[in-house]
Amino acid sequence: MGIRFVLLVNKQGQTRLAQYYAEHLTLDERRALEGEIVRKCLARTDQQCSFVEHRNYKIVYRRYASLFFLVGVDNDENELAILEFIHLFVETMDRHFGNVCELDIMFHLEKAHFMLEEMVMNGCIVETSKSNILMPIQLMDKAS
Amino acid sequence: MALTGMRGLSVFISDVRNCQNKEQERLRVDKELGNIRTRFKNEKALTHYKKKKYVWKMLYIYMLGYDVDFGHMEAVSLISAPKYPEKQVGYIVTSCLLTENHEFLRMVINTVRNDIIGRNETFQCLALTMVGNIGGKEFSESLATDVQKLLVSSSCRPLVRKKAALCLLRLYRKNPDVVNIDGWSDRMSQLLDERDLGVLTSVMSLFVALVSNNVEAYWNCLPKCVKILERLGRNQDVPQEYTYHGIPSPWIQVKTMRALQYFPTIEDPNTKRALFEVLQRILMGTDVVKNVNKNNAAHAILFEALALVVHLDAEKEMMSQCVALLGKFVAVREPNIRYLGLENMTRMLLVSDVQDIIKSHQAQIIISLKDPDISIRRRALDLLYGMCDVTNAKDIVEELLQYLNTADFAMREELALKAAILAEKFAPDLSWYVDVILQLIDKAGDFVSDDIWYRVVQFVTNNEDLQPYAATKAREYLEKPVLHETMVKVSAYLLGEYNHLLARRTGCTPKEIFIIINEKLPTVTTSTVAIVLSTYAKILMHNHPPDPELQEQIWSIFRKYESYIDVEIQQRAVEYIALCNKGAALVDVLAEMPKFPERQSALLKKAEVAEVDTAEQSAIRIRSQQQTSNALVVTDQRPTEGSLPVSQLGVVRMPSGKMDQTSFQDQGMTKENGVITEVVPQDVPPADLLGDLLGPLAINGSPATAVPVEQRNQNLLSVVEATPEAAGSLALTTVDNQPNSIQPIVNIAERFNELCLKDSGVLYEDLHIQIGIKAEWQAHHGHIVLFLGNKNTSPLVSVQALILPPTHLKMELSLVPETVPPRAQVQCPLEFVNLRASRDVAVLDFSYKFGTAMVYVKLRLPAVINKFLQPISVTAEEFFAQWKSLSGPPLKLQEVLRGVKPLSLPEMANLFTSLHLAVNPGIDTNPNNLIACTTFYSESTRATLCLIRVETDPSDRTQLRITIASGDPTLTFELKESIKEYLVNIPTQTSSAVVAPSQPQSPVTPVAYNDPGAMLAGLL
Repeated sequence: MGIRFVLLVNKQGQTRLAQYYAEHLTLDERRALEGEIVRKCLARTDQQCSFVEHRNYKIVYRRYASLFFLVGVDNDENELAILEFIHLFVETMDRHFGNVCELDIMFHLEKAHFMLEEMVMNGCIVETSKSNILMPIQLMDKAS
Repeated sequence: MALTGMRGLSVFISDVRNCQNKEQERLRVDKELGNIRTRFKNEKALTHYKKKKYVWKMLYIYMLGYDVDFGHMEAVSLISAPKYPEKQVGYIVTSCLLTENHEFLRMVINTVRNDIIGRNETFQCLALTMVGNIGGKEFSESLATDVQKLLVSSSCRPLVRKKAALCLLRLYRKNPDVVNIDGWSDRMSQLLDERDLGVLTSVMSLFVALVSNNVEAYWNCLPKCVKILERLGRNQDVPQEYTYHGIPSPWIQVKTMRALQYFPTIEDPNTKRALFEVLQRILMGTDVVKNVNKNNAAHAILFEALALVVHLDAEKEMMSQCVALLGKFVAVREPNIRYLGLENMTRMLLVSDVQDIIKSHQAQIIISLKDPDISIRRRALDLLYGMCDVTNAKDIVEELLQYLNTADFAMREELALKAAILAEKFAPDLSWYVDVILQLIDKAGDFVSDDIWYRVVQFVTNNEDLQPYAATKAREYLEKPVLHETMVKVSAYLLGEYNHLLARRTGCTPKEIFIIINEKLPTVTTSTVAIVLSTYAKILMHNHPPDPELQEQIWSIFRKYESYIDVEIQQRAVEYIALCNKGAALVDVLAEMPKFPERQSALLKKAEVAEVDTAEQSAIRIRSQQQTSNALVVTDQRPTEGSLPVSQLGVVRMPSGKMDQTSFQDQGMTKENGVITEVVPQDVPPADLLGDLLGPLAINGSPATAVPVEQRNQNLLSVVEATPEAAGSLALTTVDNQPNSIQPIVNIAERFNELCLKDSGVLYEDLHIQIGIKAEWQAHHGHIVLFLGNKNTSPLVSVQALILPPTHLKMELSLVPETVPPRAQVQCPLEFVNLRASRDVAVLDFSYKFGTAMVYVKLRLPAVINKFLQPISVTAEEFFAQWKSLSGPPLKLQEVLRGVKPLSLPEMANLFTSLHLAVNPGIDTNPNNLIACTTFYSESTRATLCLIRVETDPSDRTQLRITIASGDPTLTFELKESIKEYLVNIPTQTSSAVVAPSQPQSPVTPVAYNDPGAMLAGLL
């Protein structure tokens, strides 16, 4: 069924963005899951692969400076395609913010959400063209 | 940094960020939550702007992991705001905070619908996205049609249509009927012609979901998928925006190839050729490049292409290309590629004829087993597990054992289980198996589940040759100063049973064995003490000539435990002392444990149910599906004295302890030795397996001898005094004479006869259960699925199915669940291998419990001789050549049958056809005669041609002459008798039903596939 969640966590383990798809986790379950994943992934070195198996998920993750992008997928996804999808997300944010950093995402949480919303819907990739992804945000910027 | 227009939010975020610790953060968050709550409560006329600000704060707080249990109404109400920024926040925050069943969602259904059917594209998008993310059944009912219209509308812009596609996917998941409309597959096919790649991205995800559930409906889309791959592969008509580092949307390419993997095969040669060209280009043209992103994207496509090639089981050349690529990947340093190489190689094991090539990479894979990265180690373990067979089991298992020393804790249990399974399945000899398991226990005792040591005990018990060896090994391990408790258990058990086999070796007198075990006694837990006490009792029994000193020592231990705090131990101590005073009876009572009935390895069962990731499970499945050409079968086939063939060949699955008793009683009946009097109570913890292991002892709990616990002590001894025969017969009657209060509502015999002539239908039905059958036959292999359908609203429990196979059939019944949930249907596959021609019939012993009523039925399974026939047409020349060469008995048999049910020739031809006999008209010039040919398959004979000639008398249809010829005398005879039975005894309605083309043979529509009720109805 595709992408189950997208998590952005900094290297201190603080969540910067969390979006779940078709996943009904209670708050406690969510906290536990995020904690486990963060512990598992953040301890890994650069020489290790970008995939971690956890519970029923496969976590595909990528680190950009202080920020980890973790995407939980089920076993029916192409790992490398997801890995590059993360990069596409980062490139898109880069285009919008210009040299995106953790603070941009933190203080513009809503924009990060808007972008993700344009890229993933119901756990499936919906758009990969950066200009199409950014269109609604530009629309909103114009409106305000 | 401040966000224009939402200063308060920025201030709050930076406040939280500046908190020194979690406690401070919590205080700040609580303060803010209090603030928001007051605002929402007191300021009735909050502006949309303010609401928006607070709602974002809520989302931020929620993201940090705090409970936000209010304000949902405010978030939802923003959806109705007229302006885009507020509406947008409303939709997004609602889909983050609320789940599909939230009551507030119902309130906005109308607003959402108005947005969807309205003219404002941006509003449409927002609404579609939210419904796509959290829409439930109600949304599905009220919006599906509108969403579908948007998706196929030509006036709608791509930005709306792409959202509509995924929104529809959600609605489809909530209610599959939304695409159950005429012409939908044509529309789907048109959608795949889409030029806009954004829409195509979404449409492809929708398509994958649809096709994964019902591939039959979408064959027309297959060529379209290939066209898409061609278009992207050649970079035709791909806007710059949709190329990723120079590669045309890798995501669409990957998804399209994923979709193709749901089609079992590609029939159309042109489509096939086109696809293979695409795949070939990907396989050949993917080079390693410096740009990491480009490299990854290209390999994403390459791995998907590999998977597709493997799925299509393409021609040999392409397959070996794939294996070569994977071989390269498992050896590279780049961890992602190596990980995926290992993973895909495991998948490739499904294709049988590449296993040898994969084996050539074994050394390389073992290196990955020692990689610092646990993800890679897991994949390597999985692959090694999957590729293990008799030829490399020793190497691989020893590698696993060695790795066990250094493996991380997270993997040890899995590792131990897998090593144990492989050792069991592929043991070149049984002593090696014992070695491996004992080493496992020694090295990783904490991670060796009880199942593993129960299994080794079962093996040793069932293989006499192994017993002295196992006992010697156990004795050796006891020398170790530090011993895992599991090792104490297994050693004590083995030495209790077989210490007498070592009597003449040094250090192995009963006394020495007692002393060395007794050293461990002070440090073990009660469950082990229980086993050790039984061991002492057995040592005492083997103590010949009696050693008074040893006897005194053991007795004093028993006496010590007579007042032990644990009741089980106390009881054992009391009973063993009492038994010791029985003198000669002791020998009978404490005789060696009888052989265990053969059963599926509990380890495999465990591995199957273990919640591991799918890739892993699939590997385990591959294993469990394989023929167990292993030690297990070795024991199976070795004739054991004193046992009926039933318990030898019987594929006995034991879902519960109750079944144990049944099969034990079978066995008990055949034992000269009074094993049934073995009433020594041993600990029977809740674990089903110990129940299995100590199965025979459970006789105490059987209805015949069941007594209230308080009386057990006195009764025990009286049972001991009872003759074994009495106890045995008692136990047997309880099973067989139990009256069935539930009667079948179908004619079982009729059903069986019908099923002999067709491959699906109902085998049995009563008030509570319906047992349906669906069978497939392929040469000498048969595959039957039993559908156990519970008709009630309460569960059926204690469900047991035991197959009593005749000697000519090898059978394997998969696990039958103990419970059938209410209104559910469970499927139990059953595999057959036909060994030789015989008319004997396999019997299914089926029982279940409903309320207090236990229902037993014996059902014949329609795995009859004609199922292993395959019709074949021959020319007159071929026929006569064979017919002449097979002259006279016993190869050619002739018989005049009288009292035949009158059948016209076409009717008889129809009957023959349903018996898998090909009627060959024109060979016999006499129009009243009938010639039929068929091929019989069995494991021993492979394909044997059978020729049949029937001469009828038009004036008297009740008599005919039948002549049958084949190269195998048994086959000729059995086939003749079998056909005779059909001719003389045809259930009249059946014959017409079978030949009627309107008979729904298997009208199971794929859509209804998930609905057990519909499926069962389909079988009818």
